[in-house]
Amino acid sequence: MLSIWLNVVVQGVLTGLLYGLMALGLSAIFGVVRLVNFAHGEFAVVAMYAAFVLFRAWGVDPLWSMLPIAAVFFVVGFALQRTLINAFVGRPDYQQFILLVGVAIVLVNGLLIVFGPDAQPANLPYAFDSYLVGPLIIDKVRVYAAVAALAVCAALFGFFRFTRTGTAIRACADNLVGAAVVGLDVRRLYAVTFGIGLACVGAAGALMVTIADPVPGLGPAYTLLAFTIVIIGGLGSMAGALVAGLLIGVSEAVAGFLIAPSMKSMFSFALLIAVLVLRPQGLLGKKPA
Amino acid sequence: MRLETRVRPSRRQVLGGAVAAGAMLAAPAVVRAQAKALKVAVLLPRSGLLAAAGQACHRGAVVSPKVLADFGYAVELINVDFESNVDVARTQTERAIAEGANCVVGAFESGATLAIAQVCEQRQVPLVINIGSVPQLTEQGYKYLVRNFQTNPQLVSGGLRLVKDLMAATSVPFKNAVFVHANDTFGTAQRAAMDRLFPAAQMPFPLLESIAYDPKAQDLAVEVTKIRALAPELVLVTTRSSDAIKLVRDMVRQRFEPKAIVSPGSPGLYDEEFYQALGPLADFHLYNLPWANPKAQMTQALAAAFKTAHPTNRFEVDCFNAGFTFEGIMVAADAFKRAGSTDGKALMEAVKATNIAEHVMTGGPIQFDEKGQNNNIQAAVVQNRNRTPTVVLPPEIAVSAPVLPMPSWQGRS
Amino acid sequence: MISLWRDMNRRGQVVLVVAVLAMLLAPVVATRYLLSVLTLILYFVYVGQAWNLMMGYAGQLSLGHALYVGLGGYVAAGLWVHFGIGPWLGVIPAVAIAAAFGAFIGWLAFRFGIEGVYFSLLTIAFAEFTRIGFDHIGPLGGAGGLFIPYQESRLGEWWNLRGGQLFFYYLAFVLAGAAVLLTAWLARSRLGHQWMAIREDETAARALGIDVFRAKMKAVLISSAMTAVGGVFYAFYYNNLFPAQVFEMSRSIELILGPIVGGLGTVFGPVIGAFVLTPLGELLIAVTDKAGLNAPGAKAIFFGLVLMIIIYLVPGGVWPWLSRRLGLVRRRS
Repeated sequence: MLSIWLNVVVQGVLTGLLYGLMALGLSAIFGVVRLVNFAHGEFAVVAMYAAFVLFRAWGVDPLWSMLPIAAVFFVVGFALQRTLINAFVGRPDYQQFILLVGVAIVLVNGLLIVFGPDAQPANLPYAFDSYLVGPLIIDKVRVYAAVAALAVCAALFGFFRFTRTGTAIRACADNLVGAAVVGLDVRRLYAVTFGIGLACVGAAGALMVTIADPVPGLGPAYTLLAFTIVIIGGLGSMAGALVAGLLIGVSEAVAGFLIAPSMKSMFSFALLIAVLVLRPQGLLGKKPA
Repeated sequence: MRLETRVRPSRRQVLGGAVAAGAMLAAPAVVRAQAKALKVAVLLPRSGLLAAAGQACHRGAVVSPKVLADFGYAVELINVDFESNVDVARTQTERAIAEGANCVVGAFESGATLAIAQVCEQRQVPLVINIGSVPQLTEQGYKYLVRNFQTNPQLVSGGLRLVKDLMAATSVPFKNAVFVHANDTFGTAQRAAMDRLFPAAQMPFPLLESIAYDPKAQDLAVEVTKIRALAPELVLVTTRSSDAIKLVRDMVRQRFEPKAIVSPGSPGLYDEEFYQALGPLADFHLYNLPWANPKAQMTQALAAAFKTAHPTNRFEVDCFNAGFTFEGIMVAADAFKRAGSTDGKALMEAVKATNIAEHVMTGGPIQFDEKGQNNNIQAAVVQNRNRTPTVVLPPEIAVSAPVLPMPSWQGRS
Repeated sequence: MISLWRDMNRRGQVVLVVAVLAMLLAPVVATRYLLSVLTLILYFVYVGQAWNLMMGYAGQLSLGHALYVGLGGYVAAGLWVHFGIGPWLGVIPAVAIAAAFGAFIGWLAFRFGIEGVYFSLLTIAFAEFTRIGFDHIGPLGGAGGLFIPYQESRLGEWWNLRGGQLFFYYLAFVLAGAAVLLTAWLARSRLGHQWMAIREDETAARALGIDVFRAKMKAVLISSAMTAVGGVFYAFYYNNLFPAQVFEMSRSIELILGPIVGGLGTVFGPVIGAFVLTPLGELLIAVTDKAGLNAPGAKAIFFGLVLMIIIYLVPGGVWPWLSRRLGLVRRRS
């Protein structure tokens, strides 16, 4: 019995790391640009399709293709911020919301037209392999994806901590006026942040292909998941996003096992409500000034 | 500013289009002429949540007029995509009828079907349900509605009976079973039928547990862990296509091998994406469903037409959705032929008096009871062989013999 | 309400009278198709207006209003199906229960200072939580759905909301009209001014001595109660309810597009928004259809693009822009 429990928890941890990575991109955009990216999940799905195409056409493993995909997504994000979205920074939430709902509708239906409604499995050669560790059975793809997610997070962490641009972005997030006063080019930093946010989604989407099959309509579920994780973890806290991802992954797994699997996502929402009420700054977030 | 100037013309275009279409909208209803061909509106969810199934049905619909012409029927289709949205289903039914539809076929999904049914009832236009299993559809008192499809209890009882036949044909017994289902409209209705019918069916093995899962779940690893802990020999499933993939994939990863995975009347195990995703691992799963009778002449005609119209899709895979949609259109066309009129009342009387012996799907002649339900549909046992749905039971229409227990996951590729 | 009339100049008054008359007489000339579209528009005017009170005036961005639609519909339909209690009576508990949910969410949010996007997510979380919960409520059909029998014999029983398209059209018209009048009245009331003060600057409002918590609670209560009535309409119009359909987040989004596009915090914004968006969807279907653009999803792409263009060009909404352009309202000095 214990081994089954352990198995459930391990599954949850591995899935949760990937969730965390997906939420990181949102956290960056939300925390710095103050833009509510309601098309977040849709961007992840586009990345899934990109990874799928790269694998099907040239056999590039998503673990590698996530790098060029992230790069392209960075450029797209940078350009999007510079053109369309910049006009909406500082505008009320609901206007950003409508804009991004529009973007989401276009993306979903564009994918539907191009790829059709059926799921498009990438079929990695190791998709069905698993490791036997004592009594535990651990999926190979999940381990790979989780390790890759950790690597991306580490890289991101390094960027924000040790580069000039990264520090400048954090300064923007902490104190916008101050950042502008000391002469930081806020507009450029916003564009960079949006690019990084999308690059994160791109990488997460590419990795997602290893455990889920892309379908056009997956977006909203991912968006909601990412928002839930960001809020639970704490806005602007990278470690928080990872921890919350793990928490959601494990609690869903355990709840699914203990009660009814069909009720498991109720627990993420209950958790979200509890965090909003009891600790609105999130588990690892700083208390708002 | 740059964007401003770029956007302007497109706004004007949109407005121009809107005015033109507005004129069309406001035009009085097209006078219903006594045409030579019956105008049938086919409403399907070709985009949105149910797009995959809706498009499969649509592939069957578009080849129907030509095939039916060869059998002496004349129909013209008005194809409508209701975007998996009830509001759109309702208004578009009105639009199709305004454009001259004499009969409606649809709509795969229960909520939309009922929205359409109300319009049809008020407009006295027959509605032939191609697919839609919720029992209530024919229990709500609609007079202009018939269903050429099985209800959930019929699907489940037929499915369970065929499990017995399967055991007899292969002489492989099952010690116990677990039922796994998606917690959506279809899955819940199947569960309700299962709870009621399993004890009555006197199956020679116990049902250990019924497990519901969220069809939106990202993976089914935990669900499979739960099933594995129960160690059933038979796994009964009610799935949608993408979660059937997740289910089998997680079973393989967790090295759980039941003797068989059988669906007593649900989709999922025979979609193209299922074969694409699982390859050899997709083989040997069984589903007890009404199926296109491979030995029927009309099936072969439909299959041939399907092949030319949709070279990239396989009829064997689409035949459930496409076949029932075709039959729905045929019911309408046949009623028109007998009634000789597009008048709703006369057409509906003819629909109710339908008696078509030669058709596509397995079972007896297409007939409707006083509630509009066709009770003559019979399920067959279909097994995936070489990534192709293959009818294995009953013997008179079987193409191949069933294989049980299924070979181990290992060494399949 | 009189002030609404006084606010308009002569041209605006004429347009309003003509529009109302046109809507009243529409069934005489309109095809059934047009009537079904108009019914849908009026439904969206009604629920949009209910949402507008809370967001447009009180500034609380709820993204989970489908929750109240679903609750209202399920309570009234459940009472009708199981106990034969007609919707005119059933609407009372329906409203009460939805308002209780609203009050609970509002209390949680406003007591614990959950604001802005956090508040939006709280509303989404409650709607989704309830959706999954309703998937498991057996007596209400669970995920399998709740069905209201059609019963041709009762078709004339308008008091039980059993009727044809025409009946539902006028019902929707009355609901939408009442919502507009209520909004106009509230906007001019003391409460309305408190809401707008809170929307602009909550701290300042508090400094002015406004009981912010109370005012916001009233907004949530009124809005959720109104939306629940819309839910009753929805349930008896379609005669079936599925948790996956009524509580869906896309439903909540659909409901708020109209007021935002039309113009938040205005009396006629939600009206114009619904009259722009719903016909837009129908027109795009007709146009893509006639253009032979047979790709499912093409219509939605155009819809999404138009949405983006509108919010880019007239971020304040179509109505403020339109009324200025056409000179329908009196210039404020």
